[in-house]
Amino acid sequence: MKKVFKMQDLDCANCAAKMEAAIAKIPGVQKVIMNFMTQKLTIEAEEADLAFILDEAQKAVSKVDRDCKIIR
Amino acid sequence: MSRKQKRELYKIGCGAFLFLSGIVLPWIFSALSFIPYLAFALQLTAYLIVGLDVLAEAFSGIRNGQLFDENFLMAVATIGALLIGEYHEAVAVMLFYQIGEWFQRYAVGKSRASIAELMDIRPETATVERGENVETVDPEEVNIGEIIVVRAGERIPLDSVVVSGVSSLDTSALTGESFPRDVTAGDEVISGCINQTGLLRLRTTKVYSDSTVARILELVENASDKKAKVESFITRFSRIYTPTVCCLALLLFLVPSLIWGQWTLWGYRALSFLVVSCPCALVISVPLSFFGGIGAASRHGILVKGSNHLEQLAQTSTVVFDKTGTLTKGRFRVTEAMPVGVDKQTLLHTAALAEMHSNHPISRCVYETVDLSTLSAGECLHVEEKPGLGIVAEYHNRVIAAGNARLMALLGIRISTPALNGTSVHVAENNTYLGYLTVSDELKPDAKETLAALRRNGVKRTVLLTGDQQTAAEAIASQLSINELHAQLLPQDKVMHVERLLADKQDRQTLIYVGDGINDAPVLARADVGVAMGALGSDAAVEAADVVLMDDNPLKLALAIHISRRTLAIVRQNIVFALTVKLLVLGMVALGAAGMWLAVFADVGVSVIAILNAMRALNTKSF
Repeated sequence: MKKVFKMQDLDCANCAAKMEAAIAKIPGVQKVIMNFMTQKLTIEAEEADLAFILDEAQKAVSKVDRDCKIIR
Repeated sequence: MSRKQKRELYKIGCGAFLFLSGIVLPWIFSALSFIPYLAFALQLTAYLIVGLDVLAEAFSGIRNGQLFDENFLMAVATIGALLIGEYHEAVAVMLFYQIGEWFQRYAVGKSRASIAELMDIRPETATVERGENVETVDPEEVNIGEIIVVRAGERIPLDSVVVSGVSSLDTSALTGESFPRDVTAGDEVISGCINQTGLLRLRTTKVYSDSTVARILELVENASDKKAKVESFITRFSRIYTPTVCCLALLLFLVPSLIWGQWTLWGYRALSFLVVSCPCALVISVPLSFFGGIGAASRHGILVKGSNHLEQLAQTSTVVFDKTGTLTKGRFRVTEAMPVGVDKQTLLHTAALAEMHSNHPISRCVYETVDLSTLSAGECLHVEEKPGLGIVAEYHNRVIAAGNARLMALLGIRISTPALNGTSVHVAENNTYLGYLTVSDELKPDAKETLAALRRNGVKRTVLLTGDQQTAAEAIASQLSINELHAQLLPQDKVMHVERLLADKQDRQTLIYVGDGINDAPVLARADVGVAMGALGSDAAVEAADVVLMDDNPLKLALAIHISRRTLAIVRQNIVFALTVKLLVLGMVALGAAGMWLAVFADVGVSVIAILNAMRALNTKSF
């Protein structure tokens, strides 16, 4: 399943690339796109895994930029 | 400006004030003994106000294993500068860095907003008639078959059919076409258009998420997800660049100072190296340019479904055209009437008497040129449509035959040989030859200009593939000076020809196929870039193509290539500019010709310039 989330305070393109790489490593993530231009995060994963993946993704995002949040 | 941005601007202001007072006070009150301490305190406060965020980010970066991020590099560089006593420098660098970062964020935010605004064709609400009531709801809540009301000045929220009302629609947001389109009851209308004059009552034919406007928005927004080759290259490059520069910095510190001593001097130069080591200018400006290019294209009614396709368009060397509906209007017209022994009027009228019984496109165009009410031949007794040949119609004491040369041969009628520039319809009455009509498809008005513009934009080979007759195709090809022509093709033949052409060109060059999206999905998919034309509302075409021209003007194809070439030029400018400045500054720093100040410029200053340059991609107007 494909889900799109808005990002808040994602303000560096390099960070977006790093976050994308980090989220791709979370188990269960089939595909991830962190689009800096549209400030959107697209995750493809099984519906059941999504809650776990989102928690992990938020952690990965915070590691790169403390201010940045995934809006659920 | 967001709250975060305001807060940061405030901090920069305070920091700058303290920094300046730290410089000015000792200069004025140089006699007072405590002043140097005060100045130092002021500078340190300034440093903390401006740089605390950076230090904290750097620290959390280290804890999370994110070495070599920008904050880490700036923290190391400025703390290093403090330690070797260059505290003015440390504060100034941090201040500049923050100003640059702030401006960079502001510029990126602005550009993002202006691109988003460009694509702002999203209808906010829909007004629905439900029973007695008229409700204003979110377009997503409207079902198929409901009646919606659109007042003058409002945007049509869902694809629908006009039930009542007359108006003209502004389709420019979708097609880039400024000429308004008139609609009346029974016409289909697409979402995203603006109702300009009258009140329209519409019956919806699609739910919002299937409507044109939602599909377009999705396409454009996802376009930057498909990365161009040069984008991936920059991402890979930046992964090597930063560690490399950091290693060089370490070498620059260790080697010379072990040989010659002067630890602080080489330490300072090494720290300046760190400041230049962020690849931000490239990492931001390259995708931003592509995003701008895609935005510019969509403003002209050209949907590019990915940055990769925009990149490929710039290297177009071969353009393969479908004929009908692409270069021609797909509407047949009688272009010539050559009567034998009768006048033109009689020839046309007689032809119409036969053709009016058929629905074949050629027949239709013949009888549509004649006012049918003026025809008086009495009742038609017998009609025979001979597939692939023509029509024989029998009236009271008149037998009329209209068709191709083979039909005439079959009836034993001698014909005159027509000039070869279209399809000929020969006409005979009671076995007497009356002459022939030439029926041809009309060229689109911009077809000629399109071919010229394509050649100007580096296209070397143009090919016409068509299922139509050789003669008709030849007429078109010679008028447009198209290089190569293959007629009477079946859809699978088209794929074969495209494959041959693909093998013929060089790897880096691009072959594009342009069709109207009907029956040519396999070819669209096989070409490097498939372009569907006049595809507004046609789901299959939008699905199969890489680039969608919303209206059916072929000139938009040339414009798309122009936009892509301009975007790629801007990308190249930015890469060359950023790398040149950085390498130059690295060299100057190593030789001691530049300090940390210039290094900061090479970092954030270059980023800001590259971002501003990238925004030019958005403003590609026309040729």
